Amino acid sequence: MEAVNQSFIQKSKSKASELIATNPQDSKLSLSFLGVSFAALLLGGILGLFQGLERANLITMPSWFDYYQTLTAHGILLVLVFTGTFLAGYLYAGVSHTLGGLIPSVRKLGWTAFWLMVAGTALAASQVIIGEASVLYTFYPPMAASPWFYIGLVLIVLGVWSAAIGVFINVGHWKKNNRGKHVPLFSFFATGIFILLFTATLGVTYEVLTLIPWAFGWTEGVNVLLSRTLFWSFGHTLVNVWYFTAVSAWYVIVPKVIGGRQFSDTLARVVAILIVILNVPGGFHHQIIDPGFTEGLKYMHVFMSLSIAFPSLMTAFAMFAIFERTGRKKGGKGLLGWFKKLPWKDARFLAPFLAMATFIPAGAGGIAQTNFQLNQVVHNTLWVTGHFHLTVGVSVALTFFGVAYWLVPHLAKRIMTPKMNKFAIWQIILWMVGMAFLSISMHTVGLFGAPRRTSFSDYFGSSVAAGWDPYLIAVGIGATILLISVFMMVYLVFHLMFKAPKGETEFPIAEVEDDASPTPKWTERWSLWVVLMIAVISMGYVIPLVDIIMNAPPGSPPFKTW
Amino acid sequence: MKLHRFEEIWLIFAVVIIIGSMIVTGYQAFAQEMGPPSHKETIDPEQVEQTAPFDEPGVYEVGDNKYEVVMTLEVFSFNPGDIEVPVGSEVEFIMTSKDVVHGMQIIDTNVNAMVLPGHIQTIKQTFNEPGEYLILCNEYCGAGHQLMSTTITVK
Repeated sequence: MEAVNQSFIQKSKSKASELIATNPQDSKLSLSFLGVSFAALLLGGILGLFQGLERANLITMPSWFDYYQTLTAHGILLVLVFTGTFLAGYLYAGVSHTLGGLIPSVRKLGWTAFWLMVAGTALAASQVIIGEASVLYTFYPPMAASPWFYIGLVLIVLGVWSAAIGVFINVGHWKKNNRGKHVPLFSFFATGIFILLFTATLGVTYEVLTLIPWAFGWTEGVNVLLSRTLFWSFGHTLVNVWYFTAVSAWYVIVPKVIGGRQFSDTLARVVAILIVILNVPGGFHHQIIDPGFTEGLKYMHVFMSLSIAFPSLMTAFAMFAIFERTGRKKGGKGLLGWFKKLPWKDARFLAPFLAMATFIPAGAGGIAQTNFQLNQVVHNTLWVTGHFHLTVGVSVALTFFGVAYWLVPHLAKRIMTPKMNKFAIWQIILWMVGMAFLSISMHTVGLFGAPRRTSFSDYFGSSVAAGWDPYLIAVGIGATILLISVFMMVYLVFHLMFKAPKGETEFPIAEVEDDASPTPKWTERWSLWVVLMIAVISMGYVIPLVDIIMNAPPGSPPFKTW
Repeated sequence: MKLHRFEEIWLIFAVVIIIGSMIVTGYQAFAQEMGPPSHKETIDPEQVEQTAPFDEPGVYEVGDNKYEVVMTLEVFSFNPGDIEVPVGSEVEFIMTSKDVVHGMQIIDTNVNAMVLPGHIQTIKQTFNEPGEYLILCNEYCGAGHQLMSTTITVK
């Protein structure tokens, strides 16, 4: 309790300059994004419980909304909408805050992005609900959804592009008016995140534009392997964009929340640049056991996937260095005394800390499963589902929660009371317990071979499949605990938006150490980083794409198999 | 940007993990032939039943304790199903899909391969332990996906 009081006293004592409010018009935009985001979390979470219980063989979903509809909607709501709208709300708020407000045309682009994403989600979801799009988040052709499902996806992507272009314009505008200055670190991250997100969507947009006429029946065949490859150039990069967004909060926000300074401005920028340059070809490891590619090509892609681990390992060091430095400054003695000095009872710290700590096993699992043989063991098993519930479900989601605890009241001009802080701590603990049940049992049973993305099956009385049941029940227990935490989180966001006491909440932006060496100019050369990114993408994709297109088998007609 | 000595050590450790992974994976793939299934051969996905060898799916003895299983996958079955092979046999599965994307996995072995329409996929396994192995589809393929399974019995 002492630590909480301390942090609240600190906050009230902090300099007026730190309490600069975000432009109210920009706040409204960001709050709208965050509102949609947490509505998606609520719906996606409820569907997650149904899935967990069906997989545990405790319930059977009705035929008018079966397991695969549930799974499709759960994936889209949580991995596209919850994350995508949160990212837009958080980054727009931060860009507005650090660059002195959005310029009016960018605010308009922000609203365009908002409505395109909402309309796209509604259209895609309507097709899932009426049973015309049980194709899961990956929508692999030649399984064909209703064309309106794909059109919904296109609208979401157009929304992402509007949001990206808005940030580019705003940052460019700021640079013109602040020649010779470094773009503030938050907006530097926002630029990188939107460059990566924009690039990631190019391949999948081409894919979806070929699927629309095919689903309408205007074209005959679709190139199945090309579609898969373009999808994964997007699919994995997308989750890394969410992770990148979490990383931005780790570098920019968390040090301030714990009362410390940035570890190194240059290092943070180098990590951001590396994530942008290296990321896109990483998606290919989803195709390690696909036909149509040579082992040599796949081997190169193992390296390209592993290289993404490098900036993450840099981040791991920087984070613990900040914690140690800050803990020692607060009087922590001895080898581990600093650890106790961290503000454990501050939800704004506890959530991102647990998110980072979880990334240690999650990242290690990722490195392991990228390698050929281990990939073959776990591909399409529940291990993989367990993996991304740690990465996206904990490392990303908990960081987003940790941001929401202060961002929502900051934008709504309210404060989070110590009582709500305590409530948030319990919400975080339940989230961790739920994910532990879910993820540990998924990883374990996945190693035994239990497949992902299937409703419950005893495989005609198979004894080996029967051995998976206890783990699947643990998954159901995890899903139940998680939904309680989702309810608490959504209540928290609602409370902080509309009910909490009025007041000013700080937008925490960490400063550099007083003796920090200046950040070199070359970090600002985005044109060079984009060229390098294109070079890396070309290394990864030119050969296989040319091969897939030139040596394609006759195309596949659409199938509706549900 | 100056690096602390501990940071240097840590980043060297990071590089060692990546290079170590490449060495082990590369050695297993290229020296021990344990690479992932990567067959490169295409087929007209609408003419599978008219194209050899898939016009006659089945189990074929091709040598001393060597078998080929020519297999087609379609919603929601494997053809042939309920396969039987003797203990110690080396079995090569030659597969394609007649409709959507499927995945073929044999539980308690490392057999795990994506099977795409328009592409032929192969994977080899030696069965040294007798027993009944579960074969299942591990890529969502439609409403009956959870029913898509069969067995291979090793006697």
